[in-house]
Amino acid sequence: MITFWILAPIMVIAALGLIFAKKAVHAALALALVMISLAVLYAAQGAPFLFAVQIIVYTGAIMMLFLFVLMLVGVGSSDALRETIAGQKFFAAAVGLVFGVTVVLAIGQTVSGAVVGLEEANANSNAYGLAELLFGKYVLAFEFTSALLITAALGAMVLAHKERLTPRSSQADISARRMREYAESGRHPGNQPTPGVFARHNAVDTPALLPDGTPVEASISPSIVERGQVRHGFDDDVDKVVDQLRSEDDPSSPDRESFGGEK
Amino acid sequence: MNEYISLSLILFTIGAVGVLVRRNAIIVFMCIELMLNATNLAFVSFSRQHGNLDGQVAAFFVMVVAAAEVVVGLSIIVSIYRARRTTSVDDANLLKS
Amino acid sequence: MLDLQWLLIAIPLASGALLLVWGKESDRFGHLIGTAASAASFVLGAIMFAELLGENAEERSHAVSLFTWIDAGRFHVEMTFVFDQLSALFVLLITGVGTLIHVYSIGYMAHDERRRRFFAFLNIFIAAMLTLVLAGDYLVLFLGWEGVGLASYLLIGFWQHKPSAAAAAKKAFVVNRVGDLGMALAIMLMFAQFGTSAIEAVNAAAPGATDTVTTSLGLLLLLGACGKSAQVPLQSWLLDAMEGPTPVSALIHAATMVTAGVYLVVRSNAIFDASEVARNAVIVVGLVTLLAGAWIGCAKDDIKKALAGSTMSQIGYMMLAAGLGPAGYAFAIFHLITHGFFKANMFLGAGSVMHGMDDDVDMRHYGGLRSMMPVTFATFGLGYLAIIGVPPFAGFWSKDKIIEAAFGQNFWVGLGALLGAGVTAFYMTRLMIMTFLSEKRWREEVHPHESPRVMTWPLIALAALSAVGGILLLGDWVSEWLEPVVGHAEHHELAVPAIVLTLIITLVVAVGVVAAVVFYRREPIAAETPSSVSIFARAGRHELYGNELNEAVVVRPTRHLTRFLVWLDGKGIDGFVTGVADRLGDTSQFLRKPQTGLVRSYALTMFGGVAIIILCLLAVTLA
Repeated sequence: MITFWILAPIMVIAALGLIFAKKAVHAALALALVMISLAVLYAAQGAPFLFAVQIIVYTGAIMMLFLFVLMLVGVGSSDALRETIAGQKFFAAAVGLVFGVTVVLAIGQTVSGAVVGLEEANANSNAYGLAELLFGKYVLAFEFTSALLITAALGAMVLAHKERLTPRSSQADISARRMREYAESGRHPGNQPTPGVFARHNAVDTPALLPDGTPVEASISPSIVERGQVRHGFDDDVDKVVDQLRSEDDPSSPDRESFGGEK
Repeated sequence: MNEYISLSLILFTIGAVGVLVRRNAIIVFMCIELMLNATNLAFVSFSRQHGNLDGQVAAFFVMVVAAAEVVVGLSIIVSIYRARRTTSVDDANLLKS
Repeated sequence: MLDLQWLLIAIPLASGALLLVWGKESDRFGHLIGTAASAASFVLGAIMFAELLGENAEERSHAVSLFTWIDAGRFHVEMTFVFDQLSALFVLLITGVGTLIHVYSIGYMAHDERRRRFFAFLNIFIAAMLTLVLAGDYLVLFLGWEGVGLASYLLIGFWQHKPSAAAAAKKAFVVNRVGDLGMALAIMLMFAQFGTSAIEAVNAAAPGATDTVTTSLGLLLLLGACGKSAQVPLQSWLLDAMEGPTPVSALIHAATMVTAGVYLVVRSNAIFDASEVARNAVIVVGLVTLLAGAWIGCAKDDIKKALAGSTMSQIGYMMLAAGLGPAGYAFAIFHLITHGFFKANMFLGAGSVMHGMDDDVDMRHYGGLRSMMPVTFATFGLGYLAIIGVPPFAGFWSKDKIIEAAFGQNFWVGLGALLGAGVTAFYMTRLMIMTFLSEKRWREEVHPHESPRVMTWPLIALAALSAVGGILLLGDWVSEWLEPVVGHAEHHELAVPAIVLTLIITLVVAVGVVAAVVFYRREPIAAETPSSVSIFARAGRHELYGNELNEAVVVRPTRHLTRFLVWLDGKGIDGFVTGVADRLGDTSQFLRKPQTGLVRSYALTMFGGVAIIILCLLAVTLA
């Protein structure tokens, strides 16, 4: 019972986080928390096999799949800012409240009778009991499950498969297209500069600098731009360089050490 | 016993409300998973209540079906995203007109 | 030879069809083919007539059944053609006058680029008219009846580029439909009552039928006859029909087709003999039309319309005679034939005048044409003498007999017919004076001239027939000839000897002539139609307000009814239907609003539904 009373608030809060989280990744993490807690509750209720399956299948496989798709689709694809349906949130909350209160009060209270417990059913270990049911009473459903899984796998492959409608463009095509774009819009035909190359910091979150000192935003990965983690240290860096130049004249400057290799 | 069922119902309700209010298809999908998990909890609890393992077998099947559903559902989301560059459920309103 | 009556019809029909389908290359000689076909029919008819003369009086009816037309259960119609004394006379009249008019048309229509088509229509008319008079079954007769209606429609509207001609053709067609309705109902009634529509069988069965049946049949046939013969109250189309080319007016609207109603009454003599009421109705219609037509003839300045009024009037005489029963049938036919001669003659003469006057029809623009068109004047003058009934010309004999028979029937009817003769003399003299005798009133640019020979020869032939047509009455030949068909007439003894009555008639005619001379020679005739005239003249000019009456009694109520029905249809029935649809649309528009197409709002609805169901279950459980 203690387990329950510890986990239940955590689960409810995590579940609410699913509703209120701004970023999809946070929502996914909250869901993972709920699922792990559920696994613990399974274990507490005499279902060790489901405990293992819950961890492996849900938190292991399904949540990974979710996160994988999140990454694939892009972190930036968060909710549109404006609610499109008038009153949807209000009515959803109201109906949810009514529904929740009703079912908790009504159904929750109508469940009665003594708890039998699974000591007898789990006498030969939980896995053994489940196996007996799965391969005895529910063997047909189990077989159908295999068909379902194969179908689902095939379906996923078909859905994810991208039909090629145009011939693959060759290297000549690509370079011709680049030159054309350069002629039309002035887009640089060559490679983008890599981040940090001309920067003060040799890091992916710092834009490269052009010879005249302007930062090139395009050298940063769009994901980093999306997350707002780009570092614009240019002004500071100029100051630092000025300091360093000054300290070259002054041997007692502490900064000399860092440029020691260049000397 | 009732507290398990109540927790299951609360999680279910939260999942349902989440489906209604979230617009990102992936999060909507997560909320559906939350609802499925809530029912699983109810299954396991009833299994203990009645002292047999049928409820756990049911929960097991729910997990299998959920796994299949997630695979297909996410593929659909990915293909929609590829076609329309969005994962908002409100942009897929072809049911109208 | 006497069984070849189908050939009489087939020749002009084939010629008409040929002219219609043959291409432009037949433009040069198409009119000759048409004339030759009509002439061939005439020659054949004459030979058959001669053969008929050589037979015994009782055996002069030759029926031929070509094939079974309709065989449906009890309804059996044979395509029969009967060549007997009555139809023989008609065949001669139709093909004879028809051929002369064909010849005339060669000249009259010479400058019309659609002359070939005109001859095709004329041939079709001849074929249809022959079908009408040769028919041995009322349904076959009806076929010809509608055929002449069609030909009349096509020919009135021949100059279809003129809106007035197109309208006149339509009017003739529509008014004739009213009469045809009576005709069709009569045939249906015959079949319902007698089980057949063969003319011989119907005439045989009519004396045994009840009064109601014969009276209904008679009145229905009279309605048909009124439509075709332009009798009151279906007279309004005839004057407008003068929009057609003049040969058409002469052939169809004077000599032959308009007399079909008289033929119908005479042919159905057994039915009218059996019904006093129907006979009296025929007399009344005839008398009223006689006087109305004469009245209109006095007032019209359009030469063709004046002649058309005269035609109405003369057909009124025929109808009157036909209504007198066996005493009048033969005279009706006799007058029909003489009228066919002199009225065709005068119409063609009028056409000749118009031909020389640049197609001007207003008599007030004529005058003094006597010296310009001597042949036309002479032939027209013979027709004039014939129609007013100057002895010994054709009209004298026939009209005299009719007035005599009318007096034998009823004094007042006879008086009306006598009055008509006087008025006829008046308006025909007026026409003669205004056209040929008075001072010239034509404009400078008009150069009146005599018509070519191809037009004058038919005039001369018809004028000769007008002059000597009365010969048919010699020794009561026509009465005896027709007796097997129309029945024997017992002779009426009049209050005064016949010769005295003849003198009185001649006197009345003379009064009419003198009145016209005094009236129109006294002062110069105005070159424009005077506007301030007596109410009688004004009524006559408006055709006795027949069109206005039709407008008020039939057209306007019908239009109002139509408008009401349209309103009812639009606002009532459609309004209900569209109202239902509109309300459904409004409801749908309202229901549409929740249908955002957004899956989340559907899900919310579903979730709300689930919540409500659970609440209900809870309520039920707790209760």
